[in-house]
Amino acid sequence: MRPVYIAGVALTPIGEHWELSLRDLACEAALKALEKAEVERIDALYVANMGAAPLQSQLHLGALMADALGLYGLPAMRVEAAQASGGVAVHEAHLAVASGLYDSILVVGVEKMSDALPQEVRSALAMAEDQEYTAYTGVTDVGLCALLHRLYMERYEAKPEEIAALAAISHEHAVGCPHAQYPFRVSVERILSSPMEADPIHMLECSGIGDGAAALVLTADRGDVEIAASTVAVDHFFLTERGDPLILEAVRAASRRAYERAGISPRDVDLVELHDSTTIMGILSLEDLGFVEKGFGARYVSEGNVRRGGELPVNTFGGLKARGNPVGATGVYQVAEIALQLLGEAGRCQVEDAEVGLAENLGGIASTASITILRRR
Amino acid sequence: MSAPRYWREIKYRYRLMGELCTECGAIVFPRRSLCPHCGCRELEECKLSETGTVLSWTVIQHPPKGYEKYAPYVIALIKLDDGAQILSQVVDVEPEEMRVGLRVEATFRRVREDGSSGIIEYGYKFRPIIEEP
Repeated sequence: MRPVYIAGVALTPIGEHWELSLRDLACEAALKALEKAEVERIDALYVANMGAAPLQSQLHLGALMADALGLYGLPAMRVEAAQASGGVAVHEAHLAVASGLYDSILVVGVEKMSDALPQEVRSALAMAEDQEYTAYTGVTDVGLCALLHRLYMERYEAKPEEIAALAAISHEHAVGCPHAQYPFRVSVERILSSPMEADPIHMLECSGIGDGAAALVLTADRGDVEIAASTVAVDHFFLTERGDPLILEAVRAASRRAYERAGISPRDVDLVELHDSTTIMGILSLEDLGFVEKGFGARYVSEGNVRRGGELPVNTFGGLKARGNPVGATGVYQVAEIALQLLGEAGRCQVEDAEVGLAENLGGIASTASITILRRR
Repeated sequence: MSAPRYWREIKYRYRLMGELCTECGAIVFPRRSLCPHCGCRELEECKLSETGTVLSWTVIQHPPKGYEKYAPYVIALIKLDDGAQILSQVVDVEPEEMRVGLRVEATFRRVREDGSSGIIEYGYKFRPIIEEP
């Protein structure tokens, strides 16, 4: 296995892009990334996407996007792992370059959610779960998180304001981020007085619906940012079959392997992009990534340790909550953001002296976890 | 939801049927080819307990397509008395009455009316147990 580097990254702003199609968004990000990467040629195209089938009735995104980008004759495919599609696409591309089979791969994550009605989007997101016995109950993605949220509050006596602090800090970090969907401050009080989405989860504790595309070029040519590790792990698909639903085993397995491959411990990580689809998922993730003991995540966050100037800056561009969560593209956004931080190109969101960054991308109720660790060379 | 897709789950949804692992004794629901806990492939069909206790619950305010007319509705993670866990709607209860530890029993209810195939789908939901005097 040889080292893999990130050569070029590009992000579109996340929002409701009424004037842009799935293809337009992907091209905007991909062409910009290709321009920046300055690689001789692209050997393969991986398109990360979750919802184009239910939302746009569009499959075959590999060939479709390759054509849109004028790339002919190369292998092109869609990578799908629900909301973890982006992280898993980066993983697959990383393997292909590391193996020596391909020299340069373009990874494009794209999602177009604003074309559909909100209930259609909720159905599409529920496709991450078993249709016969989970989605069949009428539970939503936020509803599953809410079951964990309540369990967590009861077992660890976490206060609502401690958990909600993650959303407030994420919003704080998004201020000044040009690609963030919600780049403004929101107080904990306002979050906790927003309507319930799925009791005990308030609306402002959930990521929103947005369109966006992010692109990366992975290459074997030596660059400034190396993929120190990229791993994927899965857990029991049914929440009901997990020994302890408050332990995200997929996150534990993938991160343990990632630290090992990168030759580091959680202490060496300078910044993290968390999969905070709802606040509780971010809190549980912090614990299962090994940054804080189980049950202490909410307190750790509310004490401000995850602020930009704190011990462990997280969601430095706003995370899923404030940067946005165009589901299949989200994992690619996260890796691109870590790369921008390590390159010193994060603008007003810059974290000082960061050398190692970690991105965590989850699919479904953490049935899939993808971990990417980047290191500045 | 096509008719065959609905039809093949009827036995399990209508009667709350799961499987018993002959190796480790785990009760498995929904049915599958091997035990998710020990990997054993010898599973015997078994009837699940119809009573249980709420471990956690939520109220869905904004439902997916097809469930709009039921909202808001309660969803709970339930530990059945035989040890298996199940995810289900809880009905005949106001959200304010929900609590962790609530005792519930299975009941046969309409789940959804599918517009595209015209099927009226039924299955299990749970409701609070009213103790006999």
